[in-house]
Amino acid sequence: MPSNKSVSDAPIAQFTNCRILRDRRLQREDLWVREGKILNPEKLFFDEKGSADIQLDCKGSIIAPGFIDVQINGGFGVDFSMATDDFKSGIDLVSQKILSHGVTSFCPTLVTSPPSVYHQVLPQISVRNGGAHGAGILGAHLEGPFISKEKKGAHPEHCIRTFEAGAFQDLLATYGSLDCVRIVTLAPEIKRSSEVIRELTKRGICVSLGHSVANLSQAEEAVQHGATFITHLFNAMLPFHHRDPGIVGLLTSDKIPAGRRVFYGMISDGIHTNPAALRIAHRAHPTGKAIPVLGPAVGLAAKLPRRVCLPSSGLVLVTDAIAGMGLAPGRHTLGQQVVEIDGLNTYIAGTKTLSGSVATMDACVRHFLEATGCSVETALEAASLHPAQLLGIEHKKGTLDYDSDADFLMLNDSLYVQATYIAGEEVWRQDVLGM
Amino acid sequence: MRLVILEDYDQASEWAAKYICNRIIQFKPSQGRYFTLGLPTGSTPLGCYKKLIEYHKNGDLSFKYVKTFNMDEYVGLPRNHPESYHSYMWNNFFKHIDIDPNNAHILDGNAPDLQAECDAFEKKIEEAGGIDLFVGGIGPDGHIAFNEPGSSLSSRTRLKTLAMDTILANAKYFDGDLSKVPTMALTVGVGTVMDAREVMILITGAHKAFALYKAIEEGVNHMWTVSAFQQHPRTIFVCDEDATLELRVKTVKYFKGLMHVHNKLVDPLYSMKEN
Repeated sequence: MPSNKSVSDAPIAQFTNCRILRDRRLQREDLWVREGKILNPEKLFFDEKGSADIQLDCKGSIIAPGFIDVQINGGFGVDFSMATDDFKSGIDLVSQKILSHGVTSFCPTLVTSPPSVYHQVLPQISVRNGGAHGAGILGAHLEGPFISKEKKGAHPEHCIRTFEAGAFQDLLATYGSLDCVRIVTLAPEIKRSSEVIRELTKRGICVSLGHSVANLSQAEEAVQHGATFITHLFNAMLPFHHRDPGIVGLLTSDKIPAGRRVFYGMISDGIHTNPAALRIAHRAHPTGKAIPVLGPAVGLAAKLPRRVCLPSSGLVLVTDAIAGMGLAPGRHTLGQQVVEIDGLNTYIAGTKTLSGSVATMDACVRHFLEATGCSVETALEAASLHPAQLLGIEHKKGTLDYDSDADFLMLNDSLYVQATYIAGEEVWRQDVLGM
Repeated sequence: MRLVILEDYDQASEWAAKYICNRIIQFKPSQGRYFTLGLPTGSTPLGCYKKLIEYHKNGDLSFKYVKTFNMDEYVGLPRNHPESYHSYMWNNFFKHIDIDPNNAHILDGNAPDLQAECDAFEKKIEEAGGIDLFVGGIGPDGHIAFNEPGSSLSSRTRLKTLAMDTILANAKYFDGDLSKVPTMALTVGVGTVMDAREVMILITGAHKAFALYKAIEEGVNHMWTVSAFQQHPRTIFVCDEDATLELRVKTVKYFKGLMHVHNKLVDPLYSMKEN
């Protein structure tokens, strides 16, 4: 039926026979798209008297917002921490390849590196929209070098630094430029980290705690100064201790400023975290309602913090994928190090120290679903809504709400990606014959 | 009048949907020759809408050449409020079928000049050639649309203040909070519905039984505005057993005895596939 639209002549696509993730649950609803954004069909019907130009039968698929990977070090032979001549084509290759994993936006991540690497690489990373050429780039994630030597993991010790006299100036000099930086991971126990955290937060950069031996109060202080993320929870930090839970204690801390949520990244590749630990984190920080303390503070209540909250979940799935992801087992580089891939395990060559993963985002989502027994909605949100909320972009990414960017996936019931869409255009489709 | 009594809500909904389906198909609507349908809201017609959607999805019924006119809409409720009648019609009917948005008419409760909006609505009905089949429900106080007790039986589309019975009945859609229920609405008049060539009233549930009794076994009375249809040449009341609880046994037996005649109206059920 011909459309009669008063607002725009752009074609309208209606995706039918699907279940979409909206308002936190899977619903039998059609998805409408126009000009790269999710369209409100009711408004179209009543205000514009418009209707769809194309109807696409999704054959019962699940439609979810595109995945957002905020920690990915490279893949398919490309290492984001290596300053090569063809760095740009490397990042283009990865952004194109990860479309098949359901990733529509990502933060290319650099591990601890010497300043020269930052100075050469960062200017070559630009924030850009995704499309047929590949997933969108939200900005760089700089994991290090201001981390703890004791929790370096696979990061090269000789590049690890503390804040010199200038603190924030020192950080600026190390990185060269913060123009396209979206996230910085640092260890809050480093002297003068508080002011650095405040400066970064002021500039809209998300500060994450990781590769650290901080105790809980140091971590809480960092959160009070603006930190909002924990880099791969459990890995490269002090283990939970009942008298000092360390960074892990942020999951249930009562010192989080009101209205703030602390997010935590998890590599759910089945290697980095035991499924039981995944479940502990998920259950301690489940999707739930905040319970504010109501009424006057009388008696015992006067001694308690005014908000005793079960915050809604801040779990963010990340891949922490390295150059070897997507390649055959064997040796690959990760920044200044050589790593060895054996199946799903990646170690610093010759050791048993884990170094990144070769998991893909969709595999992480499936593993998380299976290990925690959570709902499909929760698993999907951990890879889409929560990273969007972490970066403060949930008004346009990470959801299928009206007017948000039409970056979405078609998945089967087992959460295998069948097709990837960016700005309403199909940018990848599962080959029916292949895998 | 025809009084069609089915056993339960589902069967009554299905009978009504089949009747509407047959009427549309027999009319043979086409470009420039639209079937005009008056439509209700509320919980009663939900089952009927579901069946109509089913017939559409099966390819048996198309609304391409159907024009619809809803009975009423709240005043002052934002159009995208989940309880507005625009939202109701979109979610329960329009989004599932192939009706042209230009042919779906609902009163605008936020119009700057409400009476002008009502007059324009009457004009649209007239320009569409009048209503072929007006489907409606009945309130517990016997009202048709929002023609509350005391409404003139010759009334036209206008602004009405809702009666307490109606506000109480609607509270369940507004979290049980009476203060949230709209107090005014735009509604087609009793006279407007009487002008339709055919009228079908859906009545289900024991809570509607007394209103049905007053509507068909007592006199024509502006306190029970549905009673006006006793004077309409083609009215069908479709109800379930529970809605007949206040009727005389004699009335119920008579009309049940006519079911074989009534069922000829819905059996065979036509399909647009045959065309």
